[in-house]
Amino acid sequence: MIIKNLTVRFGSFTAVDDVTLEIPDGAIVGLVGESGSGKSTLARAVSGLVPYTGAVEGVDPGRVQMVFQDPLTSLDPRMTVGASVAEGLRLPRAARQAEVERLLTLVSLPVSLAGRYPRELSGGQRQRVAIARALGARPALLIADEITSALDVSVQGAVLNLIRSLREEIGLSMLFISHNLAVVRYVSDVVAVMHRGRLVEAGPAEEVVKAPADAYTRSLLDAVPRLARS
Amino acid sequence: MRHLLRTPAGIAGTLLVALMVILAIAGPLIWGAEAERIDSAAILQGASAAHPLGTDNLGRDILARVLVGGRLSLGLALIATLIGAVAGVLLGALPSVLPRRAARLVTGTVNALVAFPGLLLAMFTAVIAGLGARGAVLGIGAALAPGFARLTQTLAASVAGADYVSVARMLGVSRWRVLTRHVLPNIAEPLILNLTQALGGALIALAGMSFLGLGVQPPSFDWGRLLFDGFGRIYATPAVALGPAAAIALAGIGFNLLGDVLARAASRRATPPGEAAGRPVPEVGELGEPDQDAVLEVRDLTVAFPGGVTPVRGLSLTVAPGEIVGLVGESGSGKSLTASAIGGLVPYPGEVSARRLRLCGADLDELPEQERRKLLGTSLAMVFQDPMASLNPALRIGGQLAEVATVHQGASRTEAFARAVDRLEHVRIPEPAARARQHPHELSGGMRQRAVIAMGLMGEPRLIIADEPTTALDVTVQREILRLLREVTDETGAATLFISHDIAVIGELCHRVVVMYAGRVVEELPVEGLASDAAHPYTRALVASLPDMETDRSRPLASIPGRQPSPAEVPDGCAFADRCELASAKCAELPPLIPYRAGHRVACWEAK
Repeated sequence: MIIKNLTVRFGSFTAVDDVTLEIPDGAIVGLVGESGSGKSTLARAVSGLVPYTGAVEGVDPGRVQMVFQDPLTSLDPRMTVGASVAEGLRLPRAARQAEVERLLTLVSLPVSLAGRYPRELSGGQRQRVAIARALGARPALLIADEITSALDVSVQGAVLNLIRSLREEIGLSMLFISHNLAVVRYVSDVVAVMHRGRLVEAGPAEEVVKAPADAYTRSLLDAVPRLARS
Repeated sequence: MRHLLRTPAGIAGTLLVALMVILAIAGPLIWGAEAERIDSAAILQGASAAHPLGTDNLGRDILARVLVGGRLSLGLALIATLIGAVAGVLLGALPSVLPRRAARLVTGTVNALVAFPGLLLAMFTAVIAGLGARGAVLGIGAALAPGFARLTQTLAASVAGADYVSVARMLGVSRWRVLTRHVLPNIAEPLILNLTQALGGALIALAGMSFLGLGVQPPSFDWGRLLFDGFGRIYATPAVALGPAAAIALAGIGFNLLGDVLARAASRRATPPGEAAGRPVPEVGELGEPDQDAVLEVRDLTVAFPGGVTPVRGLSLTVAPGEIVGLVGESGSGKSLTASAIGGLVPYPGEVSARRLRLCGADLDELPEQERRKLLGTSLAMVFQDPMASLNPALRIGGQLAEVATVHQGASRTEAFARAVDRLEHVRIPEPAARARQHPHELSGGMRQRAVIAMGLMGEPRLIIADEPTTALDVTVQREILRLLREVTDETGAATLFISHDIAVIGELCHRVVVMYAGRVVEELPVEGLASDAAHPYTRALVASLPDMETDRSRPLASIPGRQPSPAEVPDGCAFADRCELASAKCAELPPLIPYRAGHRVACWEAK
């Protein structure tokens, strides 16, 4: 699929300015940028949550699903895990139970969690439930908006591993948005950098990280805190 | 149910409402005949032993009539409230299922109705619907509906903005199903609470309608009607009017009290029930002599909340001048409460205890209140995650900074302002004099955080506690703030306690790292050893699970199974044992934090 000349304006403010970005089939495209760079607005436009000009080609708007930053607010506190996951399924009632179990297994959660409520789960488990729910709609494109930012480091790894295994196992195309360059680099095939609503650089992950072409990308890379490893 | 009976208001409300319900059920059965018995020998009497509230113009006993009339009063109030609630909730919920234009029309109508005086609306409806109980009930229902509609709209709008509603929309769930499955269940609680309070209001309003002659018509009677009948005689025989008036007042007060208490209980449900834990400070090891050189020395610090919740458990920490110590831990590890406890900022009902809490060589527990405040005000600078929380949005930056100098150092206003501008310049805010005259919202996030650091530098801080100061900032801004913190520490010789969940940031900035898990320190080591020399399995797992710019992309990231125990369920033994590969039977006993190498301490039985 390809996003062509997409622009989002709020009044006189241009949040996303003429962005063109290709998401190859089965690839994970990482989108980095700082707050206010327009990366989340781009995601919401592609998901059909905000109006835009331009075009999103190669994907039916109804087949885009999004996973949000905070799983505690993106899961209805009064619905069980099973009911939440079943929400997007367009299946006869009898087949739902089995599909919910399949989806929970796909995101490496025990099937027994289906009867629990979100507050009883850890942050990482909740986020996996949100991913399972999105996968239930059989999306052609999954948008992950800062899905590890609200998680602790110790569970972040499990969610990132899941994202990579989903690409390998079911060939999921994904737009992975994060402000964390190290996380984006780890999961993505292509890295795109946004700054003040514009796309300043896009290319294969290792290339962008090793040899950034844009000055802004370089300043982002320089600012990443590093742990001196021997 | 227990919280209803904890306060006098709760007890009174519950008793009154229970009394009213019993009266409504049993009243007509017991006193029904008495209330209808006409006695021509006792017409229009005042209070007497036989008729405590007197009799009416047919000689009927007014006390009996008050006791019987309760059923009609309460029943009509209940019906009126239900009519109002159902109509209101429907009106309020409609906009979330209707198309945009129709939704706006409904919202506009509700807004207009809310602005219309309730009693007028009630009387208007009552006149159209015809005199009598039916008209009055419909009228009160109509008067209650706009309030319910507005409340439903407001509550529904907050839920409609939630991420899970966005998700449901993307999944193609219909608007109607979103309303019934997501919106209504999540706003039911406040609506039900409002219902109780509205019931009290409806009861009084109905009595008012009957009193005005618009409500219940003879031969039926409710409290309002009895008041109407007795009112003409209030100067001659006051008891005949006061009886029904008291019944109306008691019922109204009862329902309102109960509604209030229920609402308060619901809003407070977040705090767990139970008594204050008041745990004794564990007597572990020798306390030893205080370290005279240390800026901060904490021994066995414990922070406990009611209900056995103990987020910080016997934490010890020493910070030397010029040193930057990083306190790292996941959410819920107690790291921020540790900072609050040192600054004396633990919120009620938290209880702080420590065997030793020394700042700049002074024992904070032993100082008189005023001196303690002065010491904390001038020697301790605190920087929080959200700079807007530390800055008053209504005041100019310069004035807020100057306040520190006028309050704690007795400087004049001009001196203080000059110093504020100087400090703003020191943290490299461009055009400091102009910025000092601006309000916080006119500054960017990074500039605000600089201003907060400048505020800390107004005194002569010996210790800077920075609690996640860069978490809300972009990486490029984060980098500048970290550099500024390091410069400030170097220049002033102050010590810095830097608290973060981000071990990479800690690794870049700090000299020494203290790792917290479930309220305890599990490891303390020089920063050089963080990446390769960590001895505690938790520290090692934290480092391994962090992706950086060199992580091998072909291999899965390390992650730790399970979750950190919540502050209420921390085991007596090693809290990490559940998630640890090396755990053995020995881990049921709490491992002490013992020296491992030079400047390196670890609390693990397996660290050799």
